[in-house]
Amino acid sequence: MSILAASQTKDKDALTEEGVGQVLDELAELGFEYIVCDSPAGIERGATMALHFADHAVIVTNPEVSSVRDSDRILGILQSKSKRAKEGGKVHEHLLITRYDPVRVENGEMLSKEDVCDILAVKLIGVIPESKAVLKASNTGAPVILDQDSDAGLAYSDSVARFLGEDRPMRFVTPRKQGLLSRILGGGD
Amino acid sequence: MGLFGLFSGKKKTSAAAAKERLQILISHERQNRQGPDFLPDLQRDILDVVKKYVAIREDHVSVRLDRTGDASVLELNVTLPEN
Repeated sequence: MSILAASQTKDKDALTEEGVGQVLDELAELGFEYIVCDSPAGIERGATMALHFADHAVIVTNPEVSSVRDSDRILGILQSKSKRAKEGGKVHEHLLITRYDPVRVENGEMLSKEDVCDILAVKLIGVIPESKAVLKASNTGAPVILDQDSDAGLAYSDSVARFLGEDRPMRFVTPRKQGLLSRILGGGD
Repeated sequence: MGLFGLFSGKKKTSAAAAKERLQILISHERQNRQGPDFLPDLQRDILDVVKKYVAIREDHVSVRLDRTGDASVLELNVTLPEN
C-alpha cells in the first residue's frame, strides 16, 4: 500500500480537476488496482474533487441529522456532477454508518441504521460501533482496522470484505447482553 | 402529556424527531435539486399573488412536481389561515 498526501495546506484551491484526473490515470498506469480518495468531511470543493472521478463511493455518515443531511447532498452531487453521472452512468454508492450506539438506538435516542438507510436510500456496507478504540488508534497514528481486538476494527474488516463482495452479517448492531455481575460492577467497554 | 399518554408510556423519542426532521429537510432539498429551475420563482410569484388577498407566510405555499411515467403533475398547496 502506498500513500500520496494531497492535503491542501497552503491554498485550498491547489487541486484542479484535470490535475487530479492526471494523477489518478498515472497511478492506474502504474498498476494500482484500488485508488482510495479520502474526502474532507462536508460538501466543500475538496469533497467534490475527491468524488469526481469515482467508480465507487463510500458515504460515511454518523446517525446525526447534520451528517445525514450532508450525505444526502453529496449523493445529489454524485448523481448529477460526477464524471460518471455526466457521461450518463452511475457511481456505485455504499453507505457506512460510524459512531453507532445500539443501546441509544434501542432507547430511541439515536437514529437506527434502518432509519438512515430509509432516508438516504443507499445500500448499507457496514456499521461501525462507537468505540474507544477509534480515538486510541487515532492518537497513536495506527489504523483502527489493525486493532482486531476492538469491535470497531472488526466492523471495519467486515465492511471491507462486503465491499469486495463477501456476504457477512452485521455485527455490534444490537445492545450487548449484560450479565448481572457486570451490571453491578458497572462494567462495559 | 395527557393522562392517556402517561399510561400508554408512548412518548415521541428524539430519534423519531430526528427522522421526521430529516425527512422534511431532505424531501425539500431533493425537490429543489430535481425540479426545474423555475420552481422557486413560481413559488415566490404565487406567494405574492395570494398575499395580495390573504396574509400568508412563505411556508404556507408549497409547490412540487411529480413525474409519473410520461406525465408531470404540478401540485400546488396553499394553506390559508383560519381567520
